[in-house]
Amino acid sequence: MRNRGLLVYAAAYLAFLYLPVLFLPLFSFNASQYIAFPLTGFTTQWYTALFADTAMLQALSNSLKVGVVTAILSTLLGLLAAKAVTQYRLKGTGTALGFIGLPLFIPDVVLGIALLLLLAAIGFPLSLATVVLGHLCLCTPFALAVLIARFEGFDRSLEEASADLGENGWMTFWRVTFPLMLPGITASLLLTFITSFDEFLIAYFLSGTDATLPVFFWSQLRFPARLPVVLALGALILLASVVLVVLAEVVRNRGVAPDKKTIGA
Amino acid sequence: MGKSLISGFSGGVQVAKAEDGNDAGYLLLSPTLAVMALTLAAPLALLFLYSLTRTTGPVLEGGATLAQYAEVLGREGYRALFWRSLDISAVVTLATVALAYPMAYFVAFHAGRRKFLWLIALTIPFWTSYLLRVFAWKIILGYGGVINSALISIGLISAPLEFLLYNPFSVVVTLTHAWAAFAILPIYVSLEKIDRSLLEAATDLGDGPLRRFLRITLPLSMPGVIGAALLVFVPTTGDYVTPTLVGGPQGAMIANIISVQFDRVGNWPLGAALALASMAVVGVLAMLFVAAARAAAKAAR
Repeated sequence: MRNRGLLVYAAAYLAFLYLPVLFLPLFSFNASQYIAFPLTGFTTQWYTALFADTAMLQALSNSLKVGVVTAILSTLLGLLAAKAVTQYRLKGTGTALGFIGLPLFIPDVVLGIALLLLLAAIGFPLSLATVVLGHLCLCTPFALAVLIARFEGFDRSLEEASADLGENGWMTFWRVTFPLMLPGITASLLLTFITSFDEFLIAYFLSGTDATLPVFFWSQLRFPARLPVVLALGALILLASVVLVVLAEVVRNRGVAPDKKTIGA
Repeated sequence: MGKSLISGFSGGVQVAKAEDGNDAGYLLLSPTLAVMALTLAAPLALLFLYSLTRTTGPVLEGGATLAQYAEVLGREGYRALFWRSLDISAVVTLATVALAYPMAYFVAFHAGRRKFLWLIALTIPFWTSYLLRVFAWKIILGYGGVINSALISIGLISAPLEFLLYNPFSVVVTLTHAWAAFAILPIYVSLEKIDRSLLEAATDLGDGPLRRFLRITLPLSMPGVIGAALLVFVPTTGDYVTPTLVGGPQGAMIANIISVQFDRVGNWPLGAALALASMAVVGVLAMLFVAAARAAAKAAR
């Protein structure tokens, strides 16, 4: 009985999560340029318009660039720091972690504006590179958190065994450390990429004239005639991420056996 | 992803085997610290400097003053805005956590072999652009929106309801939707960690389902609930997109007034003071909340 009630709740909650999001693809196929009911007819013209919209495609490419660079750099920084705090007994580790984790507790608007002030003060021009700087501040704590969790479960004796068996440091890294860390690295890359790709406010302050996709979306929301094309791209991004997430999960579940059997309570 | 994120920070760091040559450790840590110093510490220090300057005249000249803070604290309008932001975020946090708990509970205990499917299904809506997710609520709640046009077409109302959009209510609804994943995942992780034999023991000793839930499951899942509350409360107080798109004048929040000082008004010192004040308020509240939750958890034991 209790089960049934929970299942109904879970279904209702899922509907609450999905319904608003599903309006985006729905209206991207609606013939009218006004985002309102009743629907006026089926069209794919917004998708056609999308691929001719060079400004939007440029923004998409900007966001992909910023996302990839941010993901790689923040994961690299996270990797170094995670190794340092888990494998060495350093004084001030707690303080350092608290400092690196600080952006999690600071509103994005403050992070963006503070960095903008600094860049303005030293006369550094705004560009995609400055967006990357802002996103590094935001994403490095995420990368570090994911990778620390991974390092903590890491059995150092495997590395020692490899060394005992005659592998040099480099080969030990490639054949033991790296494969074991790979799931953590992948998770960190994914999380930091998606955070950067979707980040609006910091990019809004730091992007200058090179708009990232969210900044471009923001500038278009004021013009009703532009909305259907924005929704079309939004729907495509949703589709791409769903495919990506499902693929990643399938690969992950195939690669790693579940570590705990599920027991109902 | 979310799972390891939470355990990474809440579990603290257990320092593994000590190793000789701590210099190597500091060397490994230094690039990250350098980047954070450049992108976080230096900008915040400069923000603080600006907040001590006067509104008129060239910045960073004319000596330090607390005039901006006096303005922030003294003006009724700013105080009201701070209160409203905290109020909205508190309601959002409460609603998000309360709605997410049963969902996380279902996945952790009753989803059986389809657990992963449920987790994926729950996170997929959050892969759309945040801006567009918020915008979707404007489509739903707006004057010519989904709810109004549906109610008119079935004849329940003759003119669109105007109270749906551009007020604190619409901000709460939108934020509760937008941040749901940040509540579901940490709560799920803490429920998943609960040793199932404790539940069996409670049953064997005669506890009914409700008593068992209140005495075992709920207390043991509190770390997840606290983590979820923080993950929702802190960012929502500083949210800019939602109040701007669906809040209207009565739904404006702190981030709006801060960014206006830098955008349109051009009063950087006041903006800096507002930013630091909001950061301090949220930080203090978050720490108080964690302390209170820890004390409550101890008292319950």
